[in-house]
Amino acid sequence: MITRLRQPLMSRSMARMSVARQFFRDPKARAGASILFCFVMMAIFAPLLTSYNPQSTAFIPLQAPSAHHWLGTTGNGQDVLAQFVFGARASLSVGILAGMTATLIAIFMGMLPAYRGGLFDLVVSTFTNIMLVVPGLPLLLVIGAYIHQTGSFVIAVVIGLTGWAWQARVLRSQTLSLVSRDYIVAARLGGASDAHIIFREILPNMLSLVVAGLMYSCLYGILAEASLEFLGLGNINAVSWGTMLYWATQGAALLNGAWWWFVPPGLAVALVGTGFALLNFAVDRLANPRLRENN
Amino acid sequence: MKYVANRVGFLLLSIWAAATINFMLPRMMPGNPADALIARYHGALSATALHAIELQFGITHEALWVQYLVYLNHLLHGNFGVSLTYYPATVMTVIRNSLPWTLGLAGLSTLISVLLGLALGIYSAWNRNRRLANILPTATTFTAAIPYFWLAMLLVYFLGYILGWFPIDHAYTSTLVPGLNPPFIMSVLGHGILPACTIVISSLGGWLMSMRNNMVQVLGEDYILFAEAKGVPDREVMLWYAARNAILPSATSFAMSIGFVVGGTLLTEIVFSYPGVGYQLFTAIENSDYPLMQGLFFMIALAVLLANFAVEMLYGRLDPRVRKGGVSQ
Repeated sequence: MITRLRQPLMSRSMARMSVARQFFRDPKARAGASILFCFVMMAIFAPLLTSYNPQSTAFIPLQAPSAHHWLGTTGNGQDVLAQFVFGARASLSVGILAGMTATLIAIFMGMLPAYRGGLFDLVVSTFTNIMLVVPGLPLLLVIGAYIHQTGSFVIAVVIGLTGWAWQARVLRSQTLSLVSRDYIVAARLGGASDAHIIFREILPNMLSLVVAGLMYSCLYGILAEASLEFLGLGNINAVSWGTMLYWATQGAALLNGAWWWFVPPGLAVALVGTGFALLNFAVDRLANPRLRENN
Repeated sequence: MKYVANRVGFLLLSIWAAATINFMLPRMMPGNPADALIARYHGALSATALHAIELQFGITHEALWVQYLVYLNHLLHGNFGVSLTYYPATVMTVIRNSLPWTLGLAGLSTLISVLLGLALGIYSAWNRNRRLANILPTATTFTAAIPYFWLAMLLVYFLGYILGWFPIDHAYTSTLVPGLNPPFIMSVLGHGILPACTIVISSLGGWLMSMRNNMVQVLGEDYILFAEAKGVPDREVMLWYAARNAILPSATSFAMSIGFVVGGTLLTEIVFSYPGVGYQLFTAIENSDYPLMQGLFFMIALAVLLANFAVEMLYGRLDPRVRKGGVSQ
C-alpha cells in the first residue's frame, strides 16, 4: 500500500506511453503490427511499387514469373504483381470498413440494452443470441445473391451486418458488470446524462475489449470479403485479392499450372488475417492479466 | 428442467427467426429480384410453377401477412417449392440428395478437428515453457486465418494435379454405382480426404487456442497448486484436474465456431465440386434459382441450430452450474 502511494503520479500521456511500450514488448503485438504495417504501406504506395496498370491486358497470358513480371501474368494477360499490389487497396479498405461497421453495431447492440435493462435488454439480447447462432456465411451468400454485384461499400456494410453478434455479447456482459459499480452510480446520482455515462464512463473502461473485438472483426471482414469476391458475388471488375482468385478459377489457373496466379492473393489474405489475430491476442492479454503466461 | 425448457424455447425461437429472415430478405431487396427471375422463366415453366414462385417471393397482390402464413405453412410441411435448376425436381429432393454429403463431411472433419485441437491445446498449455509448445499457437493462428477455399485450391493443385495422389473433385468415382459395397466406400473415403484435410487444418486453430487459454487460466487456480503439492502425478493433474475443467468453457464458443466451420465447409465443397449443400447453394446462386437457395439456407441454418442445441444440452449435463444458471450470469 505504502509503496503504491510513493509512486509518482503519472500524467495521462505518460500512462498512455507506458501502455504502448508494454503492448509492444509482447512479440505477438510486434509481429502483428509489422505485418499490417507492411501491407498498409504496400496499399498506399502501390503506384510506386509497380509500373504496370493492374487492369491492362497487354501482356502475353499465363507467363511464369520472370524479370519483367515478377509474379507472372494472368490468363487475361494482366501483370499479377500489379494486381496483387493494387488489390491490397480494395481488400484492406473493405475488410477494415466491415470490421468497423460490425464493431459500431456491436457497441450499440451490446452496451445500450445492458445499460437500460428490462424488456428492452431481453429483446435485444435474445436477438443478439439468435444472430450469433444463425450461420453468417450462408446468410452473407444469400444476401449477396439477392443484391448481385454491387459496390464495395455495400459489401462492407453487409459483412458488418452479419458479423457483430459475438462482439455484442462480449460487450454486453462487460457492461453488465460495470453498471453497478460505485463510480457509475455516483455519476448517475450526479446527474450525468445516459450518453455521457455510456460513452465517457463505461466505454473507456472497456476500450481494450472494443479494440480486441475490432481486430477480430477486421479478420472476419477480410476473410468474408475474400470469400464473397471469390464466388463472384462482389464487384468482379474491381481489382482485389478476392477477385484475383475469382478470375484465377474462371481462367482455370489450376488446370494451366499457373500457381503464381492464385498463390499470392490467398497468402496475402492469410497474412493480413494473422496480423489482425495476433493484435487481437496481444490486446486481450494486455487487458486480461490471467492470460499472461509467464507469471 | 427449467434449463431444458429454456433451451428448447430458444431453439424454436431461432428456427422461427431463420425462417422469417428467409421470408423477408427477397422482399426487402431493392428492385425485387424475383421479378427478373419470373420474367426470365416465363414460358419455360408451367403456369402452376410460376404461380408457386410468385407466391413464394411475394409477387402477388395478397397482403404480406397472408403471404407469410402461406410461407410458414409450406415450411412446416417441408414444401420448399420447385428447383429451377433441376426442374421439375423439388427443392426438397435436391436437399435430400445433398445434405447427407455435407453432414458426413462436416461432421467427421469437425470431430477430428475438435479432438485434435483439444489435445494439442492441452499439450501446448501444459508445456508452455517449451519451444514447440509455444510455436504451436502461433502456427495455428496462421492456419486459422487461411481462407478455406484457398487452402482447398492449394491442396487440389499440389496434391491432386501435380502429385496425383488424390482425386480432384466430386465425392466418388462417377462410374461406380452408389451402394454399400467396398469399392464405392473406398472411393468415397478417397475423395473425402482432401476436403476433410482442408476443414481440419483451417478449423484446428480455434479449438487449440480456446482450449489453451482456458487451460492456462485453470492452471493458475489454487486447487492445481494444491494437487501438485500433495503429490498427485503430473499426468493426472494435467488431464483430470486441469483439462477436464478447461474443456467446459470451450463449449460456449461452440456456437460461433460451428457457424464458421459450416461456412468453411460450404466454400470447400464449392472448390472440390463436392455434391453437398454448399455446392448446391453455389449452383443455386449462380443460376438465380431463388427457391433452391431459400430452401438450402433454411436447412443449413436448421442444421446449425440443432447442432448448437445438442451441444448446449450436453453442456448442461456436464456442468451443473449451467443448469442452475450460476455461470451464465
